[in-house]
Amino acid sequence: MNQSLIDYTLNLADNSLILGQRNSEWCGHGPVLEQDIAITNISLDLIGQARNFYQYAATLIGNDATEDSLAYLRKEEEFKNCILVEQPKGDWAQTILRQFFFSQYQYLLFQQLQNSKDEQLAAIAEKSLKEVTYHLRWSSEWVIRLGDGTDESHQRMIKAIDELWKYTDEFFSATSYELRAASNGSGVDISKLKEPWMNKIKEIFSEATLTIPGKTLIQTSGKEGKHSGHLGNILTELQYMQRTYPGCDW
Amino acid sequence: MATLDLEKIFLGKIDNEIKIEPKDWMPDAYRKTNIRQVSQHAHSEIVGMLPEGAWISRAPSLKRKAILIAKVQDEAGHGLYLYSACETLGITREETINDLHSGKAKYSSIFNYPTKTWADIGAIGWLVDGAAIMNQVMLTRTSYGPYARAMVRICKEESFHQRQGFEILLVLSKGADEQKAMCQDAIDRWWWPSLMMFGPHDSESTNSEQSMKWKIKRKTNDELRQNFVDMCAEQVKVIGMKLPDNKLKWNEERMHYDFGEINWDEFWNVVKGNGPCNKERLDARKKAWDEGEWVREAAAAHTEKRKNRKAA
Amino acid sequence: MNNYLRKFYYGDIPEDKAGGNIVSSDSKSDWPLWEVFIRSKQGLDHKHVGSLHATDAQMAMENARDVYTRRMEGVSLWVVESKYIHASNPEEAGELFEPAADKIYRHPTFYDLPDEVNQM
Repeated sequence: MNQSLIDYTLNLADNSLILGQRNSEWCGHGPVLEQDIAITNISLDLIGQARNFYQYAATLIGNDATEDSLAYLRKEEEFKNCILVEQPKGDWAQTILRQFFFSQYQYLLFQQLQNSKDEQLAAIAEKSLKEVTYHLRWSSEWVIRLGDGTDESHQRMIKAIDELWKYTDEFFSATSYELRAASNGSGVDISKLKEPWMNKIKEIFSEATLTIPGKTLIQTSGKEGKHSGHLGNILTELQYMQRTYPGCDW
Repeated sequence: MATLDLEKIFLGKIDNEIKIEPKDWMPDAYRKTNIRQVSQHAHSEIVGMLPEGAWISRAPSLKRKAILIAKVQDEAGHGLYLYSACETLGITREETINDLHSGKAKYSSIFNYPTKTWADIGAIGWLVDGAAIMNQVMLTRTSYGPYARAMVRICKEESFHQRQGFEILLVLSKGADEQKAMCQDAIDRWWWPSLMMFGPHDSESTNSEQSMKWKIKRKTNDELRQNFVDMCAEQVKVIGMKLPDNKLKWNEERMHYDFGEINWDEFWNVVKGNGPCNKERLDARKKAWDEGEWVREAAAAHTEKRKNRKAA
Repeated sequence: MNNYLRKFYYGDIPEDKAGGNIVSSDSKSDWPLWEVFIRSKQGLDHKHVGSLHATDAQMAMENARDVYTRRMEGVSLWVVESKYIHASNPEEAGELFEPAADKIYRHPTFYDLPDEVNQM
């Protein structure tokens, strides 16, 4: 059993699932109907990605593992999503800013990953790239609209940057399984993604009349199972049915 | 042209199954009735997202989660098609939404009931969407063009909703004892409210006669309700459950199912706004709208800025 | 009988009376109405499918994609701000369209051709 590859895949799956779950909280509560549909669409795309990655991880693990056993029965410390995606959805500014940070990261990551030596990962990355391209476009436009909109929206964007910026370093600090995957050609060297990621952020922020904060980034290691208090709350809801009625079909 | 002539042309179109389009002359009452009906239909779709949306985070499998999100998203889309159709009648979306929030406009009272368990999601799909489909198929032939076309779009998407609901219940009915009990309990709670969706008896329905004449409505409340009972009484056998009506019995003479009387007190109470979740639903919609104000303003402001820069 | 008639000819009447933009023209958060037209992969024409609210063409395009193309592959989308659509006045339908009705020689079925060339 290739534990590194499994962990690598679970990280990708968990990121998409947890963010998909957070975004779906907007369903029925969006600021305008058309955007309710847009954010829900993104949520659906992310859950689709998660399912693909979980299904692959399940085949790697073998035994009785399924996409659902991985999503519904693992404990908090076994989840490998980064801290950024488990943060609350906040207001619209926070949601679209987080989406922008994440989508730009996924875009760069999947662009590389589609050349992975691992056929499955390559296939999933290639398939997901189209929708990620759309997520990136949609969220960057919103960053610009809100950054360069009204005084209120500008202030809210500043607050959102203040809240979320510190978690972005985790995108580029590799865990042991990421290093392993990169070195054997199945994964991506994420430290190399930092510069292009920053360039895009700078480009969009500039048009949005926003600035990159000079703050220190904090070291977070959700990817290694060390989560903030938020993941526990998310999993309580997400896993509720399967834990309350174990062993059932739905 | 004299009004009487315009009215003759209008009625001629109705009688000849020619659709009335946005810029055609129409009696004011026809316009108002359509605005009322179309906007209430739109509000129902949007408010309907809430009881089901509540279970997205707790859906018991990833597949169910994805399906539920897609379904709720469809409902948002349906609301959108209907608000669009409504706007062709000369009212803005903002006005219709204000009417909803102020309590002036109604929405389908079925959504004022809580979704207590996962099985409720199945029951809503099977019964509530099932009832809606009956109504909607009839409405694809409604006389107002944009409304009819929106209904055609909606009907194409709606059958997936009913099927996924029935499938949820089917799986439960074959599962553990707790799941079977959950299934029956949900049916017990959603059956009568679903029958109420068809509205009051024909004899009590104030708008019915004129609506039938103008072909806004093509079948009466009681007709549709009877068809629905007949259909569900058969379908419930497939999942091995019971409908909570001990008066339900096949009548060989009528070739229809006889069924019990609806609790009209409950019906009118919920319609008036005293249902279990009326306040909660409206509050959620108001909150979303109010909290979204700054977003809508910002987007409009940004577009304005861009226009001015271009002009400069 | 007093009928209050409100007619909306998209694009032909001033802003404050245009369909969908009547109330509170000073409302800072009003998003204009756009009409959506779609041509499916196999189709030849763009068909009108409905409308939506957006602040600019880019948003309108994305919203249209999100709302109206979830079940389709490979489409072409047109979005037009409703106020820019000029529509024929139904009261003038007589003079605009009836003259064409009696010029049946414009229709291919008018011509009775021998079987060998009837596919034309």
